[in-house]
Amino acid sequence: MAPLLEIENLTVTFPTPSGPVNVVDGVSFTLNRERLGIVGESGSGKSMTGRSILKLIRAPGTVKADRFVFDGLDLNKYSERQMRTLRGARISMVMQDPKFSLNPVMNVGTQIAEALKTHQKLNRKSLRERVFSMLESVRIDDPERVARLFPHEISGGMGQRVMIAMMLIPEPDLLIADEPTSALDVSVQSQVLDIIDNLVTAKGMGLILISHDLNLVSSYCDRILVMNSGRMLEECAAGQLQNAEHPYTRGLLAAMPRLDENRDLLPVLDRASWSAP
Amino acid sequence: MTAISLTNLSVYYGETPTTHDVTFDIGKGESFALVGESGSGKSTILKAIAGLAPKWQGKISLLGTPRNHAIDPRVARQCQMVFQDPYGSLHPRKTIDATLSEPLAIHGIGDQNERVCAQMAAVGLDPRFRFRFPHQLSGGQRQRVAIARALMLEPQILLLDEPTSALDVSVQAEVLNLLKRLRHQHNLTYLLVTHNLAVVSFMCERLAVMKRGRIVEIATVEQLKQNTLEHDYSGELLRASASHLISAENPS
Repeated sequence: MAPLLEIENLTVTFPTPSGPVNVVDGVSFTLNRERLGIVGESGSGKSMTGRSILKLIRAPGTVKADRFVFDGLDLNKYSERQMRTLRGARISMVMQDPKFSLNPVMNVGTQIAEALKTHQKLNRKSLRERVFSMLESVRIDDPERVARLFPHEISGGMGQRVMIAMMLIPEPDLLIADEPTSALDVSVQSQVLDIIDNLVTAKGMGLILISHDLNLVSSYCDRILVMNSGRMLEECAAGQLQNAEHPYTRGLLAAMPRLDENRDLLPVLDRASWSAP
Repeated sequence: MTAISLTNLSVYYGETPTTHDVTFDIGKGESFALVGESGSGKSTILKAIAGLAPKWQGKISLLGTPRNHAIDPRVARQCQMVFQDPYGSLHPRKTIDATLSEPLAIHGIGDQNERVCAQMAAVGLDPRFRFRFPHQLSGGQRQRVAIARALMLEPQILLLDEPTSALDVSVQAEVLNLLKRLRHQHNLTYLLVTHNLAVVSFMCERLAVMKRGRIVEIATVEQLKQNTLEHDYSGELLRASASHLISAENPS
């Protein structure tokens, strides 16, 4: 079976006063219908990689790739108008912050319905039912009430669940989740990830989970890419993360406090050891 | 003497009570954590102590002195707060120098120049950042500024509202190390709100588990480490946060 997404030598460039900067520098990977995690610190280019798959990088930024194929479609040749038929329907993205990503003047139910209406023709009754069942599947207890609320009336955690509902309702083939749970607390975090996980497995979707939390990524993904300053440092199977070789990955793992913490100080990354050009 | 003593504290937003009869004592020099899911009222308690949520019933005592409902400069000298989001809690149009000198100006404290320099050095900020604006700093540096600002008045109590949840793990480690060092240097009392139980295990001696505005359990950190928390809900919380930690450490 051909892979769902093939990317070779992806480069995202932004011009600066001191010359162009490659914020993503030669990243290559293929994705089947599986769960891929991308981890790295802020500024490592992981979100830019996610956005460039949807061609959401605005000018003056430019995206280049030697090979950029999604489900047999060559995205290098796709125009903006053609991309719009893919976004949401085939590839969708859960953004980082529900506060800025939801429309503040539209109630939650209408926003979710809009995501579906853009890509499918449905009558009003089945639209309502789809929205309510989607809200239920992201564990919102009282969907009829919540659907009438506006984004400022719901908590951050609920906002993020609404976002996930909105992104999953058109049943895309590939879901890009950019820090989907960083605004949520642990008990809800695992619920939300379980929801994503179930849907991905049940519908045979591909998932790209972008996060800075190594443990979280390793427990929800099959493979992990580690990124730093735009480059891919390491690729490993999720179960093998503890045996990661690169000093950066090992540093990140060690910097995390554990539940049975008895160290007096946490080791801090020594950035000089690998960032030398 | 207790640093913070709460007796039957109920905080109201409008007519709605958000916490119900919260009672605990924190000893001087202790580090105490409040954990629970969002909406459980843990930040609300900090806000009531700091004076940001003025409608409450019950009793709040800081270092043996009861606190009244008004804004009180004496409380500000004793007790300062560090907020969750370093991007939102610093004034975007003020330089770091202005941010750090403001508490001194309000309380009429002299030696501003020396104090600002000394405090910046204490939190590990390079002096060249002094006349920069928050947008020129990284998240970790901004959180250091927020911590420095809280320490400008040399308080004995710090209220920490999720101080590292907006930061990367590597930067989180630096900020946690900093907080730990400052606590030992100045014998500070911490009241830390977090949902990351691993941070509790690193930073604190005792913790209170909150659910729906009530404290369900107060336990020591040893109980947390050995997974012997008594209440069902605490166990649930622990499992939720342990599930992905454990699976990462023992790949099955």
